[in-house]
Amino acid sequence: MPTQDVARRRDPELRVYEPHRAGLPKFGPYFRDLRHRLPFAAEFSRSGIRAAHTQTVFGQLWLVLNPLLMALVYYLLVSIINPNGGGIERLAHIVCGLFVFQLVSGGLQQGSTSVTGGGRLIMNMAFPRLLMPLAAIRTAFFRFLPTVPVFLVIKLFTDEPWGLEMLLGAVFVLLVTVFSYGLAAIMATLQVYFRDTSSFLPFFTRIWLYLSPVLWTIDDLGGHGQRFAHLMLVGNPLFSLIGGWTELALLSEVPEPKVWLAATAWTVVAAVAGSLVFMSRERDFAVRL
Amino acid sequence: MISLSASETEPTEVPVTATVPTTPTTPDAPAEQAAAEQAPVEPDTDRASVRDPDAPPVVSVQDLSITYRTTFEKVPTIKSAIVRFGRGERAVREVHALQGISFDVAEGTSLGIIGANGAGKSTLMRALAGVLPPTSGRIEVRGEISSLLSLGVGFNGALSGRENVMLGGLAQGLTRAQVAERADEIAEFAELGDFMDLPLRTYSAGMAGRLAFAVSVHMEPDILLIDEALSAGDAKFKNKAAAKMDELMSSARAMFIVSHSLASIRELCNEAIWIHEGRLMLRGTPQECGDAYMRFLEVGETAFTLEDL
Repeated sequence: MPTQDVARRRDPELRVYEPHRAGLPKFGPYFRDLRHRLPFAAEFSRSGIRAAHTQTVFGQLWLVLNPLLMALVYYLLVSIINPNGGGIERLAHIVCGLFVFQLVSGGLQQGSTSVTGGGRLIMNMAFPRLLMPLAAIRTAFFRFLPTVPVFLVIKLFTDEPWGLEMLLGAVFVLLVTVFSYGLAAIMATLQVYFRDTSSFLPFFTRIWLYLSPVLWTIDDLGGHGQRFAHLMLVGNPLFSLIGGWTELALLSEVPEPKVWLAATAWTVVAAVAGSLVFMSRERDFAVRL
Repeated sequence: MISLSASETEPTEVPVTATVPTTPTTPDAPAEQAAAEQAPVEPDTDRASVRDPDAPPVVSVQDLSITYRTTFEKVPTIKSAIVRFGRGERAVREVHALQGISFDVAEGTSLGIIGANGAGKSTLMRALAGVLPPTSGRIEVRGEISSLLSLGVGFNGALSGRENVMLGGLAQGLTRAQVAERADEIAEFAELGDFMDLPLRTYSAGMAGRLAFAVSVHMEPDILLIDEALSAGDAKFKNKAAAKMDELMSSARAMFIVSHSLASIRELCNEAIWIHEGRLMLRGTPQECGDAYMRFLEVGETAFTLEDL
């Protein structure tokens, strides 16, 4: 090993390919390479968005219309089930949470097929494969952005307060994005081994949606609410991530420290675990596709 | 004779002509190259001799083995995994693609790789490109590698040729400006015309092949890997491609060509290796390797394998 380091310093052009220790590539060169080629991920995502919507007016409109229609469907559902469910406040709450939830589910769906969809690119070119889920998350994020004004317009019709606290919501959006990246990396890896992963994913995300405070609030739960909330805070990442975002963006209230802590912890765990799982299987991708 | 392990026959045995060995600094190289091209004698040996014989090898493969596990299912799914688990079957197969391969490639070499289907040629190319890390052993590469490992750019059929070129270049590690600079040159070389800005799915197979070839030769690589790509396009394009390859030979440090056409290996390469079932069988001149390979196959030089470039 020491001889190789010396060689590297003397000859910056020299590249050495060696067996991966414990299945993982060397982190230094890997992440340096990753940073160097981030423009590729950006271009990949940008051209993907371009190809999908081809710059038509209705294509752009659909980006906003699709989540909005989805929100209306859930709103109808909730206001039928729940006796005191209706009202513009309820709609604003659903829209607020659902749009961010779709950032997660969209990122997962896109991310899961990012490697298997890479095809020739993966088989014939050497680059850090993490760029593929990163590009997928970038796409999901840029699909989320145009929905923010829609939420703000709906909020205009409610009595909810406006304040500078709302800006802190950006922190939670960032956390949600990084969290989705971690999960997307895991799903992308799974998809290589089991090609029906992406078909199972919608069921999984649907259940997750019902478990997260998007269609309901803690207040809806009545007496059991506090104990349930505690359980969710520990067990469901999206409880703190989406809950924190909703509190800030909709109610202009700063969440309790434990919400920040849980959201950050989940994000870090997902990002680190996702990256490691992905990188440890990365070598297999070229022969499994 | 050529030894089987092959690494020691190289590069000291390259005949050193009267020219004083110079360090391969960039200003010197083109001038010497021009002189070499004017000489009517065998250009290959000349080319090798103008480089510094003491320079480290451009590519050094040391006891390289690659083993991987893959599934023999066409589409692996959770469903089939559960069914298999119930029956107690395993669908994983271990492939020993390469076993203990060692060779050095000196600057100025154009190495032809021959062997039957499944011999490990493409695996070797992927290992050189860094796509497949070794299971054991070590590969040292000096310089920027551009690979044309199989036909077709084929990233995204919905994107235009230009966008695909941009993606390929960025994945290769070039900057946006560098790729944009080359995009027109690539379009012109590939004779795409207006198709450059149309979606890739509207291309004919020949157009996609020409584009892929053009992309990989225009990335100004130090080391070029070409896998079965010489058949791209019609006769006219083949001539153009051959001319471009000759030109590249003078600027690139090394070139690796996989082809089933022994004639094109003979024409384009000054050295060759023959791989069989993951092992290095022979290293020598393209003629020696080709002959040995043909003897091995007990076929003789038929019109099929001598199919023109």
